[in-house]
Amino acid sequence: MDSADLTAAERLLEAEPSLKACIGCGGCTATCSAAEFVDFNVRRMHMAFVKGQQEGLRTQLNRCMLCGKCLLVCPRGVHTRSVIMAMRKELSPEEK
Amino acid sequence: MFSVFVIPFCIGVVALLVVSVMKYRRWISQFDKRQQMLVRKGILSWKFVGAAWEAFREGLLHWRITKRHLLLGYMHRSLAFGWFLLIVVGAVQAVLAYPNGHPPYVAIFFNYFEPRSENIAHFAEARFYANLMDGLLLYVLSGLLLAMLKKVWSRPMGMRRTTRHNLTDRIAKAALWCIFPLRLMAEAHTSAIYGNGGFLVSGLGRVIDWVRLDQPILEYQWWVCYSLALGTFFTLMPFTRYMHIFTEVFLIYFRQLGLRETTDRTGYTNFELSACSRCGLCIDGCPINNPLGITNTQGVYLLQAVRNKDLFGRAERLADQCLVCHQCSNDCPVGIDLEAIRRQVRINSRKKTDDNSGYDYLKAVRPFNALGRVAYFGGCMSHLTPSITEAMERIFQASGTPYWYMDKERSICCGRPLLQQGFESQARELRRKNTQLIKESGATMLVTSCPICYQSFTKEYNLPVRVMHHTEFIEQLLRSGQLKLKEKSALRVTYHDPCELGRGSGIYDPPRQVLEQVVHLLPTQHERERSLCCGFNLGNTVLSTEQQTEVRERARQNLLEPHPDMIATACPMCKKAFARGTDTKVHDVAEIVAEGLLETAMQPTHSTR
Repeated sequence: MDSADLTAAERLLEAEPSLKACIGCGGCTATCSAAEFVDFNVRRMHMAFVKGQQEGLRTQLNRCMLCGKCLLVCPRGVHTRSVIMAMRKELSPEEK
Repeated sequence: MFSVFVIPFCIGVVALLVVSVMKYRRWISQFDKRQQMLVRKGILSWKFVGAAWEAFREGLLHWRITKRHLLLGYMHRSLAFGWFLLIVVGAVQAVLAYPNGHPPYVAIFFNYFEPRSENIAHFAEARFYANLMDGLLLYVLSGLLLAMLKKVWSRPMGMRRTTRHNLTDRIAKAALWCIFPLRLMAEAHTSAIYGNGGFLVSGLGRVIDWVRLDQPILEYQWWVCYSLALGTFFTLMPFTRYMHIFTEVFLIYFRQLGLRETTDRTGYTNFELSACSRCGLCIDGCPINNPLGITNTQGVYLLQAVRNKDLFGRAERLADQCLVCHQCSNDCPVGIDLEAIRRQVRINSRKKTDDNSGYDYLKAVRPFNALGRVAYFGGCMSHLTPSITEAMERIFQASGTPYWYMDKERSICCGRPLLQQGFESQARELRRKNTQLIKESGATMLVTSCPICYQSFTKEYNLPVRVMHHTEFIEQLLRSGQLKLKEKSALRVTYHDPCELGRGSGIYDPPRQVLEQVVHLLPTQHERERSLCCGFNLGNTVLSTEQQTEVRERARQNLLEPHPDMIATACPMCKKAFARGTDTKVHDVAEIVAEGLLETAMQPTHSTR
């Protein structure tokens, strides 16, 4: 936990403020097209990111097809696609 | 036949020619392999005839602008075509007057040299030409007056907002606006002394004579000013928006040869960037501008930022702000592919994160044998509007069409949302998989319910089968009698053209033709090409929900204005957007048709998956 980069979570909120409204209902994961094929849990990935457990996260995030279903089912109006894109940007090799 | 005052003009013309040739040569050398091949193949073909006609129609007559607004078209035409005719008729006049030849600048400053030349031929139509030239000058001046009016009050010219120009553009514009009044004054002064010129010039000349300003020194100064204005304008031209005058001709020719934008910035992109006249016709229609009031995102400003490499970071921000509703490319009178250029900017900004290694899981998806059937691709969004896919299944069954619902259980996205965001290689991976599934299934046709997928399949894929949007497919079934409908219902319905289906794919009529057979279709104020975006297009990732809602509200008001019983659309995304926060029912064309089916026509079910 000490070695974890916790400022990334703040940067993520800054990049996508709508994320503040997330109640962790898991609706995004339930509807996800990628999750029908492979382990893809938006909520869990987000938690891992926030906790700084970023190992292997990039590979997982790359499974997203950006189709936008999660966006439509979110009861809190979180821009889930933007969250995923922001996390990917944060984790891209050049940024680290 | 020489006078020192012609020097600024001559310098300007030479500078313009040298810089233009250098620029065009560089851009042509930046064409990619395919573009080079198309140019080599097409250069000897007859395509230049079509290109010449289009260049004449658009570059000089400004036909597309005229169709949009009569007075605005007149303004552009009088400046472009009027000036062009002034040059051409002036050249003919000089050739007739000097059968033994003359330096080229004499045609431009004809009225100055005419009374001073000894070897001038007195040709029969001299008066006619003098009057014609004056008429043309008056024509140009009338356009100039409108242009000035537009600057202070653009509404009568059909524009709410006009472009904010940069400094070089403004200087060049000032020079351009000076050219014609200065020409009139110079010619009038010569006429005051020598009595030459047509009705306009000699009329003004008599006034000058009357107020005793007919001094040779004054006359000479007007000619110096005229030449300076010309010289300044021509020297600045290659570095300003006025370069579009020449570039548009090249762009039209290259487009006729089949050149198109690619995912990367090429020489062709440079031609498009330079062909933008910064007329600002892309501003008013943009939903980011109206209703959101963000006035820096529109096509003209995006191109400005892309053109200016220092502003590239800015271009990325502007490109992200767009809803990709295709309104600006639809409104562009030059036909610039703004969608493609915006995508290039996005691709460039996503290079670091565009990683297609995450789709290994798709390898496990095996093709399905659907030999001879119609493949139905609901699309991701349609999974959230199951009433649409259920309606389509009923339509397939009722019409006796053997079909394969290829994404019924698990759906692989078509890849367009990724591509719209600039993840080029990831999108390619999804396209590859879907192409394999469709090809190996043996399906004879692909029908989709989602306009996003439709545009992807028709433009980004290269499929061996015909692709139809479900509204086209239903229209065909009704026409061939394969679908039987109950009596037309009394429902009054307004139809919303989805951006991706209408402006994006040019499908306006099939949904209307279908609806007219089932319900009473009411017209709305903004429809077809001028349809308003629902605000929830997947092309945008930066607008807030409140902003998206504001965009949607404007579109919704337009649809509700005729007080319909129901709103119809042909896109699951638009349906979802409108269905939120409204009491009026929102249905897809497929649902409305399925509701109106003659149930007796039901055929046995065909296997899905």
